[in-house]
Amino acid sequence: MLLRFFLMGLDRKAGIVLTILAILAVAVPVMTLWVPADSPFHLSVFTVSLLGKYLCFALLALALDLVWGYCGILSLGHAAFFAIGGYAMGMYLMRQIGPRGVYGNPVLPDFMVFLNWKELPWYWWGFDQFWFAAVMVLVVPGALAFAFGWFAFRSRVTGVYLSIITQALTFALLLAFFRNDMGFGGNNGLTDFKDILGYDIQADTTRVALFVATVAALALSYMIASGVIASKLGKVLVALRDAESRVRFMGYDTESYKLFAWTLSACMAGVAGALYVPQVGIINPSEFAPASSIEAVIWVAVGGRGTLAGAILGAVLVNMGKSYFTGALPELWLFALGGLFVAVTLFLPKGLLGLGAQLKAKLPGRKASPLSNAQPADQKGA
Amino acid sequence: MSAESTLLYLDGVSVSFDGFKALNSLSLVMMPGEMRAIIGPNGAGKTTMMDVITGKTRPDTGTILFEGDTDLTRLREAAIANLGIGRKFQRPTVFEPHTVWDNLELALKAPRRPLKTLTYAISRDDRSRIEEILDITRLSALRSRQAGSLSHGQKQWLEIGMLLAQDPKLLLVDEPVAGMTDAETEQTAELLCSIAGKHSVIVVEHDMSFVRALGVKVTVLAEGSVLAEGSLDAVSANQQVIDTYLGR
Repeated sequence: MLLRFFLMGLDRKAGIVLTILAILAVAVPVMTLWVPADSPFHLSVFTVSLLGKYLCFALLALALDLVWGYCGILSLGHAAFFAIGGYAMGMYLMRQIGPRGVYGNPVLPDFMVFLNWKELPWYWWGFDQFWFAAVMVLVVPGALAFAFGWFAFRSRVTGVYLSIITQALTFALLLAFFRNDMGFGGNNGLTDFKDILGYDIQADTTRVALFVATVAALALSYMIASGVIASKLGKVLVALRDAESRVRFMGYDTESYKLFAWTLSACMAGVAGALYVPQVGIINPSEFAPASSIEAVIWVAVGGRGTLAGAILGAVLVNMGKSYFTGALPELWLFALGGLFVAVTLFLPKGLLGLGAQLKAKLPGRKASPLSNAQPADQKGA
Repeated sequence: MSAESTLLYLDGVSVSFDGFKALNSLSLVMMPGEMRAIIGPNGAGKTTMMDVITGKTRPDTGTILFEGDTDLTRLREAAIANLGIGRKFQRPTVFEPHTVWDNLELALKAPRRPLKTLTYAISRDDRSRIEEILDITRLSALRSRQAGSLSHGQKQWLEIGMLLAQDPKLLLVDEPVAGMTDAETEQTAELLCSIAGKHSVIVVEHDMSFVRALGVKVTVLAEGSVLAEGSLDAVSANQQVIDTYLGR
């Protein structure tokens, strides 16, 4: 049954995405570890971590596209699930430091010693075990999303109101995690990690392994999302995105459908955050900032909403742009990002992936079929 | 009249919106297999009546029973739909990004829980049922067309087909021929008549020639309650009905 589910989602687009990811998973380790450093094909470990970071963002974008593109839920707080997954991983990494911290306390992380805490708070228990942290990476964002979604969808909060509440959710978490007595390191967050699963987190091989793990997580999530979309459940999701009450009158309990997709999406975002933290070496409350969630929305819009592959493409391209801009022209980056969003909304309503279809509809002259979504482009030309 | 052996039983149902009485102690009884046309001037409460039956609006007072014992006033929309009450809206709402076939597949009577649909694989019976409906609604040739690209009349038929796929005991059809050509109207009347018998049908319509073509019992609503009931000829001869339609 599981195999059938994955096969269902395997269309041509999925084939391309998975092939590219497979090539990355093989080529990047080879180019980093075995190609000599003076060869033009050598990749530095810095680049590998940067690529790994992009792919974590791609996974977040994929999760967001699942709810925004296919259920019409515009989440302006998806980075919250990402950050929570990141904190769960960060807590494990903190516990791995052990007596090597500045204060040398074998159990308490440095910031707790600094705050004069005498013992570990209960919610830090178990995080010395990797399996426990790994489960929490899925469970905590999933449970939060489930509870949030249960109340929001039951109360039939939709559209822009729902977006505002998601924004409020991430902002509330931002403020909460800033507080020192929350027990998550306050303003500074969690950092100074030493090792993961017994391997030095700074070692080249560990970095490459983290990259490969990220590629694998992205590929698996893509297959899950693609399978869900291709299933009858996915068709119900698209149907309720466009005409929710009609779906309800057909006997589908639309709230539980939205809840399913929403919770699944939050779990994926949590995994993305968990892979992000060991690669960047820090997690702090700024990840909860409303702006990070909005940036994620822009990635999806740029790549093409409701295409899955577009979300990945958009996240990688925009973040490459960000890396370039923040290095070369740091003061211009926010303008570029804002301008990009406006331009995409106006001229590329279907994103980069929709560009091909849009051009095709435009080229044969005015006789575009009524099916194509070329109206915005036509209006522009008129 | 007792509620037993009836399919749908409305007694003293009232709904008001900000003081405006949309339904005023409305009572209506449908027997299994019956087809009924509901007519009435604008604002007579036709659509509100459908809303209270399908759970979209809760009545302030009154009883609504389905099959004599199920109280519809306590249930949510999806639960009511799963009891076997299907509804077609005034404006055709088909799922435009999906194909004609997928639209029917979504409507087809099958488990409605998310985990069931996630693992759903179409069975041979389901397939032949969809084929049959495509045939009835004359959409066989258009099965893989996107529903959004259908003509207005075809969308109406697809929606009726979706209701058939749902296999409801009671079908509520709101203005099925609005905006249709004469030929389409005629075919739609045929289609609805062929449905009746196996299913009970309530049709709300303005088009008198269409109601005449159906040839069924007519209920006239005015100001939220029943004004007259009987054959179309009988109610057209009713002085009260004439007054309501033409103004006093």
